[in-house]
Amino acid sequence: MSLELLGGRLLAPYFGNSIYVWGSIITVFMLALSAGYLTGGWLSLFNPSLKRFSLIFFVAAATLYPLTMITEPLMETVFQAITDPRWGSLVAALVLFALPTFILGLISPYAVRLLVDNVDRAGNTAGTLYFVSTIGSALGTLATSFYFVLWFQMDTIILLLSGTLLILGLVSWTAARKG
Amino acid sequence: MDGSTKRMKRSATIILTFAVLSVTNPLQGRIVHREQSLYQTILVDDTGSRRCLQFSVRRDQRNQSCIDLKYPQRMVFTYTQMMMAGLLLTPNPKKILIIGLGGGTLPLALNDLFPGTLIDVVEIDAVVVRVAEEYFGFQSGERINVFEMDGRIFTKRALIRGDRYDLIILDAFNGDYIPEHLMTREYLQETRTLLGTQGTLVANTFSKSRLYDHESVTYASVFGDFFNFKHYPSSNRIILISMAGLPTLDLLQSRAERWRKRLRPYRIPIHNYPDRMSRTTDWDLEARVLTDQYAPANLLRSRNRHR
Repeated sequence: MSLELLGGRLLAPYFGNSIYVWGSIITVFMLALSAGYLTGGWLSLFNPSLKRFSLIFFVAAATLYPLTMITEPLMETVFQAITDPRWGSLVAALVLFALPTFILGLISPYAVRLLVDNVDRAGNTAGTLYFVSTIGSALGTLATSFYFVLWFQMDTIILLLSGTLLILGLVSWTAARKG
Repeated sequence: MDGSTKRMKRSATIILTFAVLSVTNPLQGRIVHREQSLYQTILVDDTGSRRCLQFSVRRDQRNQSCIDLKYPQRMVFTYTQMMMAGLLLTPNPKKILIIGLGGGTLPLALNDLFPGTLIDVVEIDAVVVRVAEEYFGFQSGERINVFEMDGRIFTKRALIRGDRYDLIILDAFNGDYIPEHLMTREYLQETRTLLGTQGTLVANTFSKSRLYDHESVTYASVFGDFFNFKHYPSSNRIILISMAGLPTLDLLQSRAERWRKRLRPYRIPIHNYPDRMSRTTDWDLEARVLTDQYAPANLLRSRNRHR
């Protein structure tokens, strides 16, 4: 959600901040997340482990970080190629955010697989996971829109997000080695 | 809290409510048109011979554009008059760009004054354009082109086309919400390129809140010296910039003298302006420059200044 909010901000200089820009961003995030959920569930079929789980975090961090460098030239190219700001913002959002959002979408279903130890409690586990992830989204949204934009550059916020994912990956990596 | 304080509070509330109602109602006027657009609620309201375009339903909303139906040339609002101070920096613009249409007062006046001049107007809200045409006598035509799009996008496209303007008027901040991407260093740099080596920029912006400091350092970082033209009763201020260098006070005064008669029908007291156009730095130089990376203009606007 934090990334989604930043997305609107990043696109504004080239495509404005009208309703279609938000439409583009939300569409891309929803599509990428749904593809991520499907793929994450499928990945969990093959030797699921905490070690592999931590890899998802590392990849997510690695796909977020380049946003601080490629955003400008990419938007410039799309802006030159597409005149209509609706399609321009959709294409830009797709190129910029689809991949990192897809990777982030892998996390939830994979985590369900790791956390469920018996079928009777599967619903309970999934519910707790949804709870944690949605509360996290809410807090991320609030912190980003109320405070982060007032304190930091946007690139710094993206760096923070990427760093957080890296730390989470390391935590789960260490847990995998111990366990 | 004891009972008597509670009672006092309650009666105070009642008295206040009546006071507010009795003050606002006579000023309210008759609403001739109300329309919800993608961006805002647009109201047209008539009070006596004065017709106003308002951009929100809030009663305390004072950002509006008005005309006098009896004397349509007259500029009703001080800040609209003040923006015409741009003519003291560029006495004969051949190509003008206006970002933000409002009721269309400025493009109409400039079209009157410079019949051969090409005027491009950018307005994001299609409903504003239609309302300006239907209720405020605005008319696009051979010499006035209206572009219904975001000001930043227009600017970027104009840069690609290689367009240049002698006069750019930035009047896009007309409500509670500031389009933050129109107040950053990058946007001003793009605008500076559109101005070429001789162009003049007139920006209608804010003089209150913490935003004043941030906005001032941002303009200074792109343009260096500028005229700061404030109107104290309202929170408006006009920033005036010339790429050819700011004129001396003598030159401003002699130009004002020449304009004085021509601008009388518009009620523009231009001869008073040169003395009020300040070059003094009265903002916090430590404030952060607003950029595409750091643009919390709306949050800064709700903060008080340090001094």
